[in-house]
Amino acid sequence: MPLLHRIARKDHPAIAFTLDGAACEGREGDTLLTAILSQAEILRFSEFSASPRAGFCQMGACQDCWVVLEGGERLRACSTVLVAGMRIVTAKARAA
Amino acid sequence: MSARPQPLIVGAGPAGIRAAQALAEVGLRPLVVDEAPSCGGQIYRQRLVPDERSSVALYGSEAAKAEGLHRDFAALTDRIDYWPQALLWSLREGKADIAVGGASRQVAYDGLILATGATDRTLPIPGWTLPGVFTLGGTQIALKAQGCAIGAKVVFIGSGPLLYLVAWQYMKAGVSVAAVLDTAPFSAKLNLLRGLVLEPAVVLRGMRMTAELKLKGVALRYGVSDVRIEGGERVEGIAWREGGGEMHLACDGAGYGLALRSETQLADLAGCRFRFDQRDRAWLPERDAAGRSSADGVYLAGDGASIAGADAAELSGERAALALLEDRGLPHRPERAAAIEHSLARVSRFRDVLEAAFPFPAHWAKDIADETLVCRCEEVSAGELRRAAADFSLSEVNRLKAVSRVGMGRCQGRMCGAAAAELLAAETGRAIDAVGRLRSQAPIKPIPLTLALGEIAREAAE
Repeated sequence: MPLLHRIARKDHPAIAFTLDGAACEGREGDTLLTAILSQAEILRFSEFSASPRAGFCQMGACQDCWVVLEGGERLRACSTVLVAGMRIVTAKARAA
Repeated sequence: MSARPQPLIVGAGPAGIRAAQALAEVGLRPLVVDEAPSCGGQIYRQRLVPDERSSVALYGSEAAKAEGLHRDFAALTDRIDYWPQALLWSLREGKADIAVGGASRQVAYDGLILATGATDRTLPIPGWTLPGVFTLGGTQIALKAQGCAIGAKVVFIGSGPLLYLVAWQYMKAGVSVAAVLDTAPFSAKLNLLRGLVLEPAVVLRGMRMTAELKLKGVALRYGVSDVRIEGGERVEGIAWREGGGEMHLACDGAGYGLALRSETQLADLAGCRFRFDQRDRAWLPERDAAGRSSADGVYLAGDGASIAGADAAELSGERAALALLEDRGLPHRPERAAAIEHSLARVSRFRDVLEAAFPFPAHWAKDIADETLVCRCEEVSAGELRRAAADFSLSEVNRLKAVSRVGMGRCQGRMCGAAAAELLAAETGRAIDAVGRLRSQAPIKPIPLTLALGEIAREAAE
């Protein structure tokens, strides 16, 4: 079950993106964090112990929500606005 | 007019907005730099796009204040420069390095007002890195700014007014609130009766929220300790000790926070002298009643200077701007300044009451289990810190950082620095103000390497 549950903005225009290759939909006004965690439970795996993480402070302070695009670009999920066509990778660290 | 550089204001929350307004009123044109896409700070944060919820649904009793700040800042458009989504990542030799629009720009300034705000204060607890655990501030942002709940059955843990406020907001939004776990005994709340004289409306609002939570059947537990968040890949439950008994509850989301801590990195880089503040239990930049720091031309306002709340932030932002004007020999409204200082003194007395009602559980530090992670970034456990302190006879937190990597990660100790100091103090039998203060480093937050390289290349070319 996803981590976040939408209460408002449910009927806003859909924004298509991919999460680990799978097609997903966010909503207009989503941060990357919201878009990912309303479909999934995990944003990333920690560098040292590969434990699951899903952000913490949601205000750009804790740096626990960095995700990677397929092109290698790193983005802080809580402070990045979802843009159509983003191809996000979360499982890479564990697979590597 | 001479070509003096413009004043620089960092932060567009309540303090930064009021500071900008006061400077613009006498014809100065400040540059306002803020990380968010729109003004308001965290407390009056705006949605990325409008939605079906009204301003009252979003900001509750503070809706008029939120709207007023947003409106007043919008009205300044032609009289200030405003860089949203901009990170001031370094300060050196009177210049600021600002990452904005994919580039780093160096800006000279004459007068610096730091209104950098606060984040949640925490202590490490088992399971606090699990998906589904957010700070109380983060839990509130999910709901207010993004219209999402962090779970279907949410537990709220900690201390501070935000604990009850966010729980109440979730309940009002129709989310099942499993429990509110307060780290302080119920008797601490009796201190609020003293606050009735100072801030009756605030205290009564808090009491009403607590009563409504109770009426809805939300379990309010006091004096909880040994809190553990349980789960494999995400939050599944919570366990705690209370009155000698072991308690447990299933939940799928947890909001956690122990009041707030000031964001002081830029004050440090600006060369401000720090002092230990017993009430905030933190090292804070020194300032006078007007907001002047120990560094020439550097002013401090809002929760980034010391925790006092949004109303005080508006006041201290304006006051700091008046101090800047006075120091420049410009019209500076001394009567207004005196009235603000009077109000801020009153807020300070109320802060004493709040601190007594919502105390920080500093005594938890000595009981943090060895296997619990203290540093979320570098994944340093309490046991590793204790061993490092013992093996190298450490009693200073920067030494502990050098040896153990605690506070060396991406967050630069924002989430773990206070806890590492508490743990070191407990371990070495010292007072918390005797183990030092983590020094800040630029960049104060991660920036793309391409930005930093561009800056160095430009300097080399000069």
